[in-house]
Amino acid sequence: MLEACNLSIELDGAPVLRDVSASFAPGKITAICGPNGAGKSTVLRCLAGLIEPSNGEVLFDGIRLHDLAAETRARRIGYLPQRAEVAWNLSVEALVALGRLPHGDRAPDKVAAALAAVDLTDFAQRKTATLSGGELARALLARVLAGEPDWILADEPLAALDLGHQQAMMRHLRAAAVAGTGVILVLHDLAMAMNHADHVLVLGEGELRAEGPPEQALTEAMIASIWQTNARWLGEPGARALSLA
Amino acid sequence: MNRAALIFGLLLLVAIPASLLAGRVWLGTETPNAALIVMELRLPRALLAVTIGAGLGVAGAAMQGYLRNPLADPGLFGIAPGAALGAVTALFFGIGSGLVLPLFALVGAGGAMALLSLIAGRNGGIALFTLAGLMIASLAGALTSLVLSLAPNAFAMSAMVTWLMGALTDRSWGDVQIAAPLTLLGIAILLRTGKALDALTLGEEAARSLGVDAVRLRWLLIAGIGLTVGSGVAVAGIIGFVGLIVPHLVRPLTDGRPSKLLLPSALAGSLLVLLADMLCRILPLVTELRLGIALSLIGAPFFLWLLLKLRREIA
Repeated sequence: MLEACNLSIELDGAPVLRDVSASFAPGKITAICGPNGAGKSTVLRCLAGLIEPSNGEVLFDGIRLHDLAAETRARRIGYLPQRAEVAWNLSVEALVALGRLPHGDRAPDKVAAALAAVDLTDFAQRKTATLSGGELARALLARVLAGEPDWILADEPLAALDLGHQQAMMRHLRAAAVAGTGVILVLHDLAMAMNHADHVLVLGEGELRAEGPPEQALTEAMIASIWQTNARWLGEPGARALSLA
Repeated sequence: MNRAALIFGLLLLVAIPASLLAGRVWLGTETPNAALIVMELRLPRALLAVTIGAGLGVAGAAMQGYLRNPLADPGLFGIAPGAALGAVTALFFGIGSGLVLPLFALVGAGGAMALLSLIAGRNGGIALFTLAGLMIASLAGALTSLVLSLAPNAFAMSAMVTWLMGALTDRSWGDVQIAAPLTLLGIAILLRTGKALDALTLGEEAARSLGVDAVRLRWLLIAGIGLTVGSGVAVAGIIGFVGLIVPHLVRPLTDGRPSKLLLPSALAGSLLVLLADMLCRILPLVTELRLGIALSLIGAPFFLWLLLKLRREIA
């Protein structure tokens, strides 16, 4: 169980987050939504233990996240930054094996399983510089999967992906959730959150404005109030599309 | 032991005996005083070349890994200019004999390390660290020029300028005793950064999420590069480009992970400096070519080639 308890964060004296509390369940996909600057990435980085809140705390199975040793935290929580960055032209296999660093092994079987999970088995020996953006995004997800974390925290994993790769990415994340991993995503695409998430947090101006199953959290009224946009949901549950008036 | 380490290790095993024989006088069984020449002149010189080269090579590999930039060089941290300032100060006061000069250089390197850690050691990212290093480098460079311009006489100035060019001429076992332990300690420290440098491949934030302690890494780098580069400059003067070139020789032989570059870069650095120093001794010039100049003559065109290659890759 991962819990955010009264998280508040100030950067240079300006409040970025105010008193955000939420709990996250393993085996589920939780989407954090909100307009630009609402504090979505900040919440995610707090949950990943990358920034310490000014007030409040993150609890990991009841233990303060900052009391966990960095290596333990790294083994339990996999974090996928928004920017796909690979400094050196490694093979895909070597890249994915970086996910084993907190474990101190290279576990070829787990690296192979992670590559298979994102359909990149045939790419193992390819150099990262030769990958397309979508392939690189999948390889970086495999890097997180290879560490076999209890939690996957991903900051806008669908940004810069085409439709097919967005669907594939959500399929891989769902597979991880079905296997028991807790998945927490920052998502801009509300239709993606509506159709794929089990639980949604809506942030506005650093505060938690709504929380619940997507149909309850992402109502048209909520979208109008938070995004200042009149939008209507079309289609059937599970295949919703957002129409902007 | 990976493939690159094996290759450079074997080449080094061939190059060390060759360097003992090579020079203005080629040693053979008939050469008078051959044992004396080897023991008192060529062996300490070869060991210094191996030690300094290893330190500069591994420092370069660590720097490139840390800054995630193939154009990075340990000189960026300002430690070499700091050591050079210490050395010219000793020469300025006319106390550059024996072990005093290397000790002054080590104090200069230590000062640069302390300043670097004061500015960027505890917090601040890689960018601040690099800028602090550049600032220290230009400050130490300016102070070195100041000391040069105030030189009490032409002889002192000539000694300073010559020393700055970097060389291994007439070095003794005393120099080996200063440089070797410090360099080895520095190399041992830098070899401990491999895992963190690998994680940095994915960026600073991803590295921290993989459990990398950014502050510890920075301290290890300051200490490791300070010791390797500082002790190298202390006994041999400024020897540039080794840290820049060596990782590029090694990288194609590895899978590209920064950790796999460290040990082979130490061996390849030894080889490069040893061969360059041999070249300096063999070339039939009136005065021996300075090692620092030889390596710059090799290094600068290499740097240019690297830039052009990178430009082609970006285009």
